[in-house]
Amino acid sequence: MSPHQFDIQLVAIIVAASCAIPGAFLVLRRMSMMTDAISHSILLGIILAFFLVGDLSSPILIIGAAASGVLAVSLIEAVNRARLVKKDASIGIVFPFLFSVAVILLSRYARNVHIDTHSVLLGEIAFAPFDRLILSGMDLGPKSAYVMGSILLLNLLFISFFYKELKVSTFDENFASSIGFRPRLIHYLLMAVVSLTCVGAFDAVGSILVIALIVIPPCCAYLLTDSLFRMILLSVVFGISAAVSGFWVANWLDVNIAGSMAFVCGMLFLVVFLLAPQRGLFGIMREKRKQRIDFAEASLLVSLYNQEIGESVKNHPDSRGMFRSADFASKVVEFLKQKGEIAVAGGGLFLTEKGRERARITVEGR
Amino acid sequence: MSSGEQHPAVRVTDLTVAYGDKTVLWDIDLEIPGGSMVAVVGPNGAGKTTLIKSIQGLVPRIAGVVSIHGEPYEKQRKEVSYVPQRGSVDWDFPTSVVDTVKMGSYGDLGWIRRPGRKEHEKALGALEKVDMAEFAHRQISQLSGGQQQRVFLARALVQSASVYLLDEPFQGVDATTEKAIVRILKELVAGGKTVLAVHHDLNTVSEYYERIAILNVGLVASGRVDEVFNSENLMKAYGGKTSFFPERKSARRAV
Repeated sequence: MSPHQFDIQLVAIIVAASCAIPGAFLVLRRMSMMTDAISHSILLGIILAFFLVGDLSSPILIIGAAASGVLAVSLIEAVNRARLVKKDASIGIVFPFLFSVAVILLSRYARNVHIDTHSVLLGEIAFAPFDRLILSGMDLGPKSAYVMGSILLLNLLFISFFYKELKVSTFDENFASSIGFRPRLIHYLLMAVVSLTCVGAFDAVGSILVIALIVIPPCCAYLLTDSLFRMILLSVVFGISAAVSGFWVANWLDVNIAGSMAFVCGMLFLVVFLLAPQRGLFGIMREKRKQRIDFAEASLLVSLYNQEIGESVKNHPDSRGMFRSADFASKVVEFLKQKGEIAVAGGGLFLTEKGRERARITVEGR
Repeated sequence: MSSGEQHPAVRVTDLTVAYGDKTVLWDIDLEIPGGSMVAVVGPNGAGKTTLIKSIQGLVPRIAGVVSIHGEPYEKQRKEVSYVPQRGSVDWDFPTSVVDTVKMGSYGDLGWIRRPGRKEHEKALGALEKVDMAEFAHRQISQLSGGQQQRVFLARALVQSASVYLLDEPFQGVDATTEKAIVRILKELVAGGKTVLAVHHDLNTVSEYYERIAILNVGLVASGRVDEVFNSENLMKAYGGKTSFFPERKSARRAV
C-alpha cells in the first residue's frame, strides 16, 4: 500500500464513521431523505460564503454550508406546516430550488473558480492526499483528514452528551417534551450536525453519494440489532468496511472511488436484507415455513388423538383438507416419523407416546 | 405545597385550541380536585386527546391558563406524568423494556446526566408493579398491546409525579391488563395522587372513576360520576350516537 493509498483510505474511514453516527438517528426518525435535501442545499451556503470571503479554503465556507443545510430543513418544515402539500413533496420543492440557485450563481459569477459541478456531485477523494497540512515546514498529512477528523470528533461529542435526549425524543417526541426536554432544539442540533457532516463529506464523496454513507450503514445495522447503542456502533463498522472495501474495488477495476464505495454500501445492504437472522427476507420465509409445518404437524396429531379418544371426527377439520397437497402431507408425515411422534403400521398412522403427549398439550393447552 | 389542598390538582381556565381553522377545544373551564380519579369522555373528535396534550403545552393554546396545584404548569412540569397513546410511537425502535421505562427518570436527571444504577433499580421496581419484571430485557417490538401499555404506565410511575394524565390507557388491551391498570391507578389515587384518563368505554365509567368530564369541543359537564353521568349530558355530548343510558344500567343493577 502506497502512502497515497493510505491517505485516501484514512480520509474515507473518517468520512464513513462521521456519516454513520448521525445517520442512525436520521433513519430512526424516518428522515433519511432529509440527507438528500441537506447535502444539496449546502452548495448554496458554500457559494454565498465564498462570495463573502473570496477564499475557497476559509472555514467560513463550512459555517455557511452548515447554515444553509439547517435553512433547507426549516424551509421544508415551514412548507410542510402550512399543510398545503405533503412532507415528501415539500422536500422535493425546497432543495432542488436551493440547489438550482447555487448552480445559477456558480455558472454566472464563479466560472473561473475551482468548484466544478462534476466534483460537487461526485466528489474527488482521489485528490485528498494532494492538499496537505503543512505547519512550519512539517508535513502533517492530508488536510481533509484534519477537517473531517474535527467533524467526527464533534459528532462523537454530540451523541455522547445528548445520547439520552436524542433517544427519548426520537422514540417519543411528546413524552420528551412533557418531561422538559426540547425536541425541536434537539432536532435542529441534529440537523446542524448532519449539515456539517455533509459539508465535510462533500469534498470526499460528493453530494449524492454522501447519502449512501449516511443512510445505508444504519439501515443494515437496524436489521441486525435490538439496541440503539449497538446500532450506532454497527453502523460505524459497516460504514468503515464499505469505505475501505469500496476503495479496493475502485483500485482493482480502476473506477471512481466514491462510486464504488456507495456501490459496496448497496451490496452490503442487499446481503443483510436477505440474510439477517431474524428480520432478513430469508429468515422471515424460514419462520413462515416453520410455522406452517408446525401447524400441519399439530393438526395431524390432534386429529389422530381425537380418533383415539373416540371424539367425533366430524367436529374437526378433515385431516386431508388441511394439507395443501399430497406432497406436503407426506412430507409432514415424514417429519413426524423422524421425530418419533407417529408410527406407521398396516397402512394406518398411529400416535406414539411422545406424539400423544404433544397432541394432548395442543388440545388442553398444558 | 404550603397552601395545602385549597388549590385543585389541575385547573384549566378559558382553554381554547384550534388546528388551522378548526376549533378543537372551546373555552374549557375545568377543575380537578386532588386525589380523584377522573374520566374524560366524549365522541370522536371531541378534543379529548387535545385536552390532555394542551394541559401540558404539547399543542399550542390559543387562549387559556393551566395551573397545577395553584402554580402555572410550566413551573410544575415535574408534578405531571404523561402516558401517551400507545399507538403514538414506533415500537420497532431498537431498545429494551427496562430502557424504555428508564426514560421516566430522564426528566429528573435533566440535560446530559446519564441514568445510572439508581435509575435502573427504579425502572425494575416499576416493572415489578405492573407485573412485567420478567420482560425487562425483552425488545419492545416483541410485546403485545397490553404489555406495551403496562410499559408506558411503568415509565410514568418512575416519574415521581402527583398528577397522571393518561390518553386511552385501555385502548386495545386485554382484560387482565385492564384490571391491572385500574388496580394500579386506584392505588395511586388512594395515595393522594390525581388521575385524569381519556376513556372510551362508557360501561365501565361508574366502576372505575369517581369523577368525569364530558367533552364535545366545549365542556358539557364535569363533576361526580353519580351526579353528572346521566343520559341528558351524554345526549348533549354524543347526540344520537350513543345508546348507552347510565340510569337504565344502574336500574338493572338495583334489581
